[in-house]
Amino acid sequence: MEIDRPIIRAVGTASLLPNRLSPSRLAVHIVLLLIVLLWTLPTAGLFISSLRDKQQLSVSGWWTAFAPATSTEVFRLPEAAGASFIAGRYVIEGTVLSSPDTGKRVARYGLSVDKAGAVVVGEPASVPVGGTIIVGADGSFRWVSDTPFAYTRPPRIFFESTTEPRFTLDNYVEVLMSEGIGRAFINTATVAIPATVIPILIAAFAAYALSWMQFPLRRFLAAAIVALLVVPLQMSLVPLLSLYNGLAHVFGAENGKTYLGVWMAHTAFGLPFAIYLLRNSFLGIPRDLFDAARADGASHFEVFTLIVLPLTIPAIASLAIFQFLWVWNDLLVAMVFLGTSEDRIVLTGKLAQLLGSRGTNWEILTAGAFVSIMVPLVVFFALQRYFVRGILTGSSR
Amino acid sequence: MRPWIFLIPALLFLSLFLVYPVFDTFVLSLFDKSGSFVGLRNYEWAIADPAFQQATLNNVLWLVLVPALATALGMLIALLADQVWWGNIAKSLVFMPMAISFVGASVIWKFVYDFRPPGSAQVGLLNAAVTALGLPPQAWLTLPMWNSILLMVILIWIQTGFAVVVLAAALRGVPQDTLEAARIDGANPVQVVFRIILPQMGGTVAVVWTTITIITLKVFDTIFAMTNGQWNTEVLANLMFKWMFVNLDYGRASTIAIVIMLAVLPVLVWQVRHAYRQELAK
Repeated sequence: MEIDRPIIRAVGTASLLPNRLSPSRLAVHIVLLLIVLLWTLPTAGLFISSLRDKQQLSVSGWWTAFAPATSTEVFRLPEAAGASFIAGRYVIEGTVLSSPDTGKRVARYGLSVDKAGAVVVGEPASVPVGGTIIVGADGSFRWVSDTPFAYTRPPRIFFESTTEPRFTLDNYVEVLMSEGIGRAFINTATVAIPATVIPILIAAFAAYALSWMQFPLRRFLAAAIVALLVVPLQMSLVPLLSLYNGLAHVFGAENGKTYLGVWMAHTAFGLPFAIYLLRNSFLGIPRDLFDAARADGASHFEVFTLIVLPLTIPAIASLAIFQFLWVWNDLLVAMVFLGTSEDRIVLTGKLAQLLGSRGTNWEILTAGAFVSIMVPLVVFFALQRYFVRGILTGSSR
Repeated sequence: MRPWIFLIPALLFLSLFLVYPVFDTFVLSLFDKSGSFVGLRNYEWAIADPAFQQATLNNVLWLVLVPALATALGMLIALLADQVWWGNIAKSLVFMPMAISFVGASVIWKFVYDFRPPGSAQVGLLNAAVTALGLPPQAWLTLPMWNSILLMVILIWIQTGFAVVVLAAALRGVPQDTLEAARIDGANPVQVVFRIILPQMGGTVAVVWTTITIITLKVFDTIFAMTNGQWNTEVLANLMFKWMFVNLDYGRASTIAIVIMLAVLPVLVWQVRHAYRQELAK
């Protein structure tokens, strides 16, 4: 049995437009589709990019990721002194590709700008300064002459290359192993799990008292909770930082930055919303049920654990999701109370650091960002129903 | 006695971490870096400080634009999604950024705004679109005004989903017969939206608007991660962070916190009055 404030079920505004196949209805489909594309493309771009080859990522947009990329490049042949004498002929060998292992293939080539694509790979071309050259699809070339090479300025090869798209998990391996994202992931989880559980426990007891127990100041406290909902976090930072540093001094620690400290801070900052949301849900339990249990001699603790909690599991679930996402995604509280040292920095802090120091290394940033948003996205898509419920309860003032 | 046993852990946390700091921050704002009492001199400093003025101006711009655009877009999407069979999928996708951290969103959008010099291939979506139209690419985040607006886009992108969810639920509550009556009287869909639906949703729109306003006022992560206040993008929360951790001046940091608190105060008073009236009705 679920107890929750019923969301009014009505037909809604679905019949706002005349009929199914009118031009205005078509326009609605198109406009909404465009909006949805605009909303999802940035995230899709990040995800696709994080799986692309590092080299390709830096030279072409992610929207070209699935088609082979073509480009025209120039290569200057080696000096004449590099020739070897093989079977009575002079030979220069090598490759025109600077990094041959990126899946790049040569399609056509030529020996001057205006003849860049004149020769198909595998076919020979005669070089103006003497001899014949053959460039292969893999970029290797073999330049052969019957007379010694005597040029002073090596000729250039102009070639068209195509690169097959390459997708790889290398970027993820790199960020997890050598960029500190793996460690930061563990730190974030260390912060997030206790910082989700503790405030829910404390809030549940408080919300119960504020819903079903009679005592002076009850209304005042309930209104105070609402006030605390909007008090900016910024108000707490300086006093708490001084307090933590003072405590660290007393206990002889080097600074006030501990996991315990950040759990406590998250607990306190999460409490107003947690109490507010749970109280709204507890008040939805029929009074009769409650009175009957009390009349049968159940203590408040029994009513709380045996009746109230089981009946409000959905509300607790949505609160858990909220608090977990908020704590997982937080940057400010973690930076202030946990610091940014390598062994304690959280994912968001690490990402912000990388944005500053590796601002153009998109293979690291995209993969790192995806590691950090993966957990919230899974939670979101799996438990969206509860998330929406929490938002609606939280905003039904 | 029993109620207090249930309440004490919560009250301890709330008073130590939220109530006491409100007073302490105010007291700290009256002291300077070395710990001597300076009265209101930190406030005088703030009013005259160009960085503070810039941050305040930017915060006002954010407060005007972000809640308005996020709420309006949310309303539009909620209305459109109600008309099509795939509306729930659309709402879910617009809602998704709510789950993403501000820093994650900053990476996503910094990639969209990425700049390469003219001539090289643009890997950022925005500059790719701009160059496709034949215009020169821009280093957007360094262009004053443009950069603030593009940073606001990130917050709008995140918050619109919230507006959609709340407004869509309220839309379901608009009585069907009022729509029917308007239609019979010959109102077109636009008239129905503006004359019938919106007037009945005033309360919900206000809640969405104020919630996003409060979030906007505290915006920190995106600025910190994207520009750190450079190129005229400073906001109060980031400025406060700098005074706290870069300049280590707790007095001025507290002064800025008090200014943020003062901006929240009207919403706080409004909410508490509303909540107290509801308590009395229960």
